[in-house]
Parts: sequence; C-alpha cells; structure tokens
Amino acid sequence: MSVADGSTVRPRGAARRLLAANAWLVYLFFYAPIVVLIVLSFNSNRLAGIWQGFTLDWYAEMLDNTAVLRSIRNSVIVALFSTVVSTALGTAAALAIERFRFRGRQAFDALLYLPVIVPDVTMAVMLLLFFVRTADALFVVSGAQVRLGLTTITLSHIAFNISFVAIVVRARLAGMDPVLEEAAADLYADRWQTFRRVTLPQMMPGVLAGALLALTLSLDDVVITSFVSGPGSTTLPVYVFGLVRRGVTPLINAVSTVMLVASMVLVFGSVVLQRRRGPT
Amino acid sequence: MAQTLVPDPEASPEADAGLEHAAAAERSRRGAWIALPPALYLVLLFALPLVIVLVYSFATRGSTGQTILADWNIASYTRLLNPLVREIALRSVGYALLTTALCLAVAYPFAYYIATRSLRVRNILLVLVMIPFWSNFLVRTYAWRLLLSSSGPLSQLTEAIGLGQTRLLFTPVAVVLGLVYGYMPFMILPLYAAIERIDLGLVEAARDLYASGPRAFWRVTWPLSRPGVIAGSILVFIPSLGAYVTPEILGGSKTTMLGSYIVRQFLSARDWPFGSALSFVVMALMLAATLIYFRTGGRTL
Repeated sequence: MSVADGSTVRPRGAARRLLAANAWLVYLFFYAPIVVLIVLSFNSNRLAGIWQGFTLDWYAEMLDNTAVLRSIRNSVIVALFSTVVSTALGTAAALAIERFRFRGRQAFDALLYLPVIVPDVTMAVMLLLFFVRTADALFVVSGAQVRLGLTTITLSHIAFNISFVAIVVRARLAGMDPVLEEAAADLYADRWQTFRRVTLPQMMPGVLAGALLALTLSLDDVVITSFVSGPGSTTLPVYVFGLVRRGVTPLINAVSTVMLVASMVLVFGSVVLQRRRGPT
Repeated sequence: MAQTLVPDPEASPEADAGLEHAAAAERSRRGAWIALPPALYLVLLFALPLVIVLVYSFATRGSTGQTILADWNIASYTRLLNPLVREIALRSVGYALLTTALCLAVAYPFAYYIATRSLRVRNILLVLVMIPFWSNFLVRTYAWRLLLSSSGPLSQLTEAIGLGQTRLLFTPVAVVLGLVYGYMPFMILPLYAAIERIDLGLVEAARDLYASGPRAFWRVTWPLSRPGVIAGSILVFIPSLGAYVTPEILGGSKTTMLGSYIVRQFLSARDWPFGSALSFVVMALMLAATLIYFRTGGRTL
C-alpha cells in the first residue's frame, strides 16, 4: 500500500497547496540554471551574461577546436571501455554476494562498499600514488616506461565504477523472486540454463541501469581523471574545468550545452528503455 | 559420503544434511570463483593504493618536493592541528552541515508531495528529478556561475526590481547553494523511497483515534520515514564534506574546503605526505559517518 492510495491521509487544502508550491520551486531551482546555460550558449555577446542576439558561432568554434574534439574522443574511449569492464565485474560481484555464501563474503562486501564512501579526492590521491609507484617498480624490473594517460584513466574509472554497478544490480537481484529460479531447477534446467533463461533476463534492467550509471559517472568525473591523466590525455570534463578556471568564454557555454544535452538524452533513453520492459 | 549423493526417498535426516552440506560447499566454491575477478581488481586498484597512501602519510617531504619514504614520522598528522587546517576543516564541516540541513528542509516536503501523487504522475515527477541529476555535475555547477555572476540573469532581475546588483558569486552563499543544488537528489530519492513505503493504514489509524493531522505526522509518518532521513542526510553530508569542484568554481579564496586543500598539496605544493595524511583523515571521518548510519539501521545506500 502506498501513500497515494490512502484517501483520508492525502494532504488537502492549504497543506496541499504549500506542498505543491514547494515542488514547483524545487523544479524551478533544478532547471533554471540549465535553461540559462543553454540560452546563453546562443548569445552573440562575448560577455556571457548579457543577451545581444542569436548566434551559432560558438558551436562552430567548438567544432574547429582540435583540443575539444580530442578530449571528446578521449572521453568516449575511456567511458566505453570502463563501462563494459566495470559492468561485467560489478555484475559478477552482485551475483556472488546475493546468490552465494562463501568464505570471505563479508570482507568482499565491505571492499565493495568502500569505493562508494571514499571521497573522490582521496580516491584520486590513492590512484595517483599507486600509478606512480607501479611505474617506478615496472621501470626497475623491466625498464618499461609507464606514463599516465588513457590507460590509467580507464583503469581508475573501472575501479570506482565496479561498486556502483554492483549496488544497482544487487538491488535488482534482491527484489527478484527466487521461486522462478527454483521452479526452473525443479524442471531439470541445469545451472547454466537457469541462469541464461531465468536469472539473466530478470536482472537485465538492473544490469542496464548499472551500465548507464557507470557510463554517466565516467563521462562526469573531473577530480580522479585530472590526477591520473597525462599531457594530451585529458577528457572533456577536465578540459572544460581548465577553461572555466581560466575565465568565462562563450565557447564553454557551447561545449557545456553539448555535454548537458548528451547526458539528458542518455537518461531519457534509459527511462524509455526500462518502460518498454514492462512495469518493474 | 558417496551414498549421500544418491537421493533416497527414505533417507535418514543425517544423510539429507550431508547432501545439503555438500551442495552448500559446492555453492560456496562457485560463489568464491565468481567473486574473484572483481575482488582481485578492487584489491589491486583500491586496497593496495589505500595502503600506499597510508605509508606516504608517514613519510617526509624533501626540500625539492620529493617524498622521502625511509624516515617514518607523524609530522604530517601533527600538522593537521595547526590553525589554518583547523579553520578549513571547520569550514568544510559547517558548509556540509548547512547543505544537509537545507536539503532536508526542502526535500522532505518535496518527497512527501511526490509520494502522495498517483503512480503515473509520481513516475513523471521522479524522472524530472533524475534528468538534471544524471547530467554532468561540472556543467551544472558552471551554470550557476553564469546565473550568479554580477552581470548574470539573477543580478539583472534584482536590479530591475530595484534591489541592486547581486554579488553572490565567489561567496560562501554561492558555495552552499551549489552544494545544495548538486546533492539535493541524494536527499530526495531515499526520502521518497522511505515515505512511499509507509503503510498508510497506520496514519489512518492514528487519525481514527483522533490524532490531529500534524500530530499524526509527527508521531507516525516522521518516525517511519526516519531511515530515509538518515540515509539522505549521510548521502548529502559525505560528498559535501569532500567537495572540490563546487568551491573551486563558485567559491573564492576565502571558501577553501578540505577537498581543494588536499588537491593543492598534490598538484601545487608537492607535499605528498601531508596531502596523504589529510586525505586519509577525511576518509576516516566519512567512514565514521557511514558506520553511524549503518548502526542506526540504515539500509539504502
């Protein structure tokens, strides 16, 4: 039973109007900066704040800017690799925790939660020191030079994404009725068949949601990436962060609008995708 | 053991237990194998780096910014007690607490409002929360910079109605506003989940027993929603405390928070031992907050 079903307890009158007003203000708060950003990205005035007229110049400038294009490419490469690997590893972690009892399970559970709690600044520091030490060790052992770059960024993104994927998939697994899996086993399905035909299709929305979260977090990250990236290997957010700190130019508005619209399309797509899979 | 593997309709309880035991051992082995790849990854790229940070925090900074590992000491930790660090730490905790309180004050009625809509409307309202939440954090924070700048829309509005220019950018107000904006959904979602789950029969029962609306809320709804309140508060408090991007973009030199201070130790001061000690302590604070959360019975993380 949910709140909406209760007839006598639904807020009415002044209370209801106050609640509704608060809700509209929250939505205004959420969307006003986004709208301002998008509108100003079409502003022909060099001074970002004052509207002068419509232009697409900043978008054209963005498409001519090789640094922007390279960082977009870097972002996409890192996001795709880290999403695929972290989704596979995170799903395995969720399955192991939710469906099995094994020695060291509690320790594994704690290890899985920690990266979510650790602040990204600490995570950034940890990974930087780790890569620097590993590079030193590898140089001493084999003479190979390891540099900070797309590989270290991708490895870092996987490290923080595994936990988020695992949490999302776990929630889905915990909500699934084990009766169906038992029924499949009773009907002589072997373990693999049960997993392939019953467990996997049921947990798929969770896996997709986890993958999408990983993709978003990877495309979003500034702090960790800026610590573990080398020259020429910055991602789009790190590049934009640098621009923002050096001063406001309308180019940032155009790049930001593109990032914003891209992620909104991703979220909206995921919502539509999950709807089509029926009510959950 | 061989005979216990053959199912026997008249098997003794002991044989049955033996069979289950064998099955459990088998399940245990498979579970451990499935857990192995993610566990190895996290040990290598999370646990080991954590140990390295701990080791560095006891090292010494050399005169040219290099780190000397040989000479172990606690100088980096004693430096945490100096007035500048204390000021930054207190400011961070203050901003994080204020952010949490503001989020709770706004998000509770908001979540309650959503939870009392029909299922269809509820889903739409929730998606409208998720869309900005899932879009790039840096970009959303940067948007506030445009909105708050002295030539920006908000300032033009206040000027038009005769209040003069707003000079909020690069002040503590802008930082807290940015943090509230960035982490509000972390408060809304657990609150919504908790309130939506409440069995309204209990509230109705309270009303039937002549409790007034506010009294029924205070004695029934609020205590039942407490897991959501605690979960949301911790989920907002933790990232606010370690925030880096928001104070960098919206704050000025007087709003430095722990996150920025740590980054500065690594990227400009090149004092890795001190930076390591700081980040280790911040992490310990957050772990403590999380443990309190689990102790109080929190489940949704």
